[in-house]
Amino acid sequence: MTLNDLHLIQARELAGKKKIILRCCMAAGCMSSGSANVKQRLEQAVAEAGLGQEVEVRGVGCLKLCCEGPLVQADPQEVLYIKVTPENAPTIVATLRGEPADLPQTDLNAPFFKRQLSVVLANSGVIDPERIEDYIAAEGYQALHEVLTEATPTEVVETMVRSGLRGRGGAGFSTGIKWGTVAKTPGSRKYVICNADEGDPGAFMDRSVLESDPHSVLEGMAIAAYAVGADQGFIYVRAEYPLAISRLQIAIKQAKQLGVLGSGIFESPFNFSIDIRIGAGAFVCGEETALMASVEGKRGTPRPRPPFPAESGLWGCPTLINNVETLANVPPIYRKGAAWFAGIGTEKSKGTKVFALAGRVKNTGLIEVPMGTTVRTIVEEMGGGATGGGHIKAVQTGGPSGGCIPLPHLDTPVDYESLGRLGSIMGSGGMIVMDDTTHMVDVARFFMEFCMDESCGKCVPCRTGTVQMHHLLCKIMARKATPRDLEKLQELCDMVKHTSLCGLGQTAPNPTLSTLRFFRHEYEALLQPDTFGPHRTADHASLPAAETTLLHLRQTYRARAVEATTRAAAETTTTPTTAK
Amino acid sequence: MTSASVQPPRQSTKSTLDHASGDKRFRILEAHMKKHQFRHDALIEVLHKAQELFGFLESDLLLFVAHKLRLPPSRVYGVATFYHFFTLKPKGEHTCVVCMGTACYVKGADKVLAAVQEHTRIKPGETTPDNQLSLLTARCIGACGIAPAVVYDGAVAPRQTPESALEQLGKWEAK
Repeated sequence: MTLNDLHLIQARELAGKKKIILRCCMAAGCMSSGSANVKQRLEQAVAEAGLGQEVEVRGVGCLKLCCEGPLVQADPQEVLYIKVTPENAPTIVATLRGEPADLPQTDLNAPFFKRQLSVVLANSGVIDPERIEDYIAAEGYQALHEVLTEATPTEVVETMVRSGLRGRGGAGFSTGIKWGTVAKTPGSRKYVICNADEGDPGAFMDRSVLESDPHSVLEGMAIAAYAVGADQGFIYVRAEYPLAISRLQIAIKQAKQLGVLGSGIFESPFNFSIDIRIGAGAFVCGEETALMASVEGKRGTPRPRPPFPAESGLWGCPTLINNVETLANVPPIYRKGAAWFAGIGTEKSKGTKVFALAGRVKNTGLIEVPMGTTVRTIVEEMGGGATGGGHIKAVQTGGPSGGCIPLPHLDTPVDYESLGRLGSIMGSGGMIVMDDTTHMVDVARFFMEFCMDESCGKCVPCRTGTVQMHHLLCKIMARKATPRDLEKLQELCDMVKHTSLCGLGQTAPNPTLSTLRFFRHEYEALLQPDTFGPHRTADHASLPAAETTLLHLRQTYRARAVEATTRAAAETTTTPTTAK
Repeated sequence: MTSASVQPPRQSTKSTLDHASGDKRFRILEAHMKKHQFRHDALIEVLHKAQELFGFLESDLLLFVAHKLRLPPSRVYGVATFYHFFTLKPKGEHTCVVCMGTACYVKGADKVLAAVQEHTRIKPGETTPDNQLSLLTARCIGACGIAPAVVYDGAVAPRQTPESALEQLGKWEAK
């Protein structure tokens, strides 16, 4: 494989392109509404109409507006048909010959589409994810070629640092610095892992990227591997995503056949192969040290860091772990330049972010917007507001590790720092809209139940803390709790947050803390009066030593919790917001 | 570090004796293990295959895997029970998986689940006494755009209501 071969494939594809393309969404959302049948009937209808020479029916990845599926887009007419049934197929084909038709369609100039800026999703809904030729026609694998032939690994890392890309998995660590650390760590064997264990309930961006454009992730991994000096990669993907797994398998096979993966890629000394590891349904495996244990075939329990995976990861070797969306950002950065990428977004958060918009909002689906877009723009303008005439109450980001953004703060721009200030996190990109039918205490209970079930049980604060917090939240929901229970809940939140081993436990109290901060009245409305009177003041001298220590700990945590709440409240009031 | 560098010795071809039960599926499973060169880190892949072949992982099967991969049975059992995807109990004829992800939850998945529970009188994770239906819940199947979603026998159904779920159960019962 040489650059010439790539250009040949690209030219052949472009020359063979038919005049009209019917793009039929074949991502999991539309597939479950029967888009496979729609595609088959469209092919049949095209053949029957004798239009086989001019019309191509192409199965593509996500067309983004998942709530209206199955979706079919006609090019170059630029019409997006919604809720297509197999029976509509002949009518759609008839419209290609200019016949009028009365089929449900949606406005492609609506804010839902117009406000999007596609970098990661540029190929999503355009190319056939099961054909590597389609990806090559869209300039695929050219960035890998350029990197391998014209840049040294150090230069590749430098470009990544300049682009300002930050990890899209949640924490937002600089990708360039991470690559640099792995590259600098000596080791005869290094690994690159793609974290596709998208466990956050309410997030489906990584699934869509893998289903719509698997080659961009493979190319991103290969570039990363060259930069850090790895020759083996793993994609750790959830077993719940069978379609994504099968498309990845096809993509890896095709890439190997064409020689863009394997040994001596583009006639350079660089070797890189990728294996898929299928998860088995454990949320904690999204945490990097737990994920590596799982790749090694063990129970997915995390271990303390340091040593970080960059120093000692998979089988003790230096390992680079990046999220799917982070890796999918890599090829465009090298194709269009670090400066182009750094020009998008805000000062500290560069580029775009893909969000999975879901919940009680009119338009649900996949959106990609520049960093710094406000939550209000996403939810009200693009999402079209709440469903069924309800009123939006809050937007939840970051899943069970994140928090809620209440209505008065909807003008917060989405970037890592602004969301962090509100006690939420960017997370991997799930955005769930909640309206006045949603009870916020129930939401907190829901997430706590999730964390309780998913706690791996290795460290005590998380294992027992989540159970106790869940118990307290249930008690509050059942209207059996007193103000003292609420105080206890807050203390426990603080304790679990600061003493847990891994991210799961450290962030498990976030939804509760966030709802306590913004929707405290909902908790208080469920409380019963304290029947035991004010707190007993203990006489320290009369208590046994162990109890004195406990009491001391308790008082420390209580003081800290009160302090944290006061500080948070102060921040909220001092943070200038342009709330209407 | 050790599990990568220390490879278990290759099994001799003579050891490919059939399982005492004479079940052909054990042979397929062993061929799968051989494909992974009986590596310890292939344990999860092997368990996936075993569950695909047998439907669930009974202790005899786990012992077989432990023996072939030369791993302590405690390690195999530990892994099999750690991950939600593996089940140690047989499943019913049909499976109904209600997605309880956040998007499905705020759109009424709890009501769908309650309706199914009331109708079948089993809790999530259980199978009806006549072995016809297993009721399960999922953490999130990533079908948030079409919430609430329910997976009936592996096929995802969009925008479910208590009525549509009971209708599907009725169809199975009629058969």
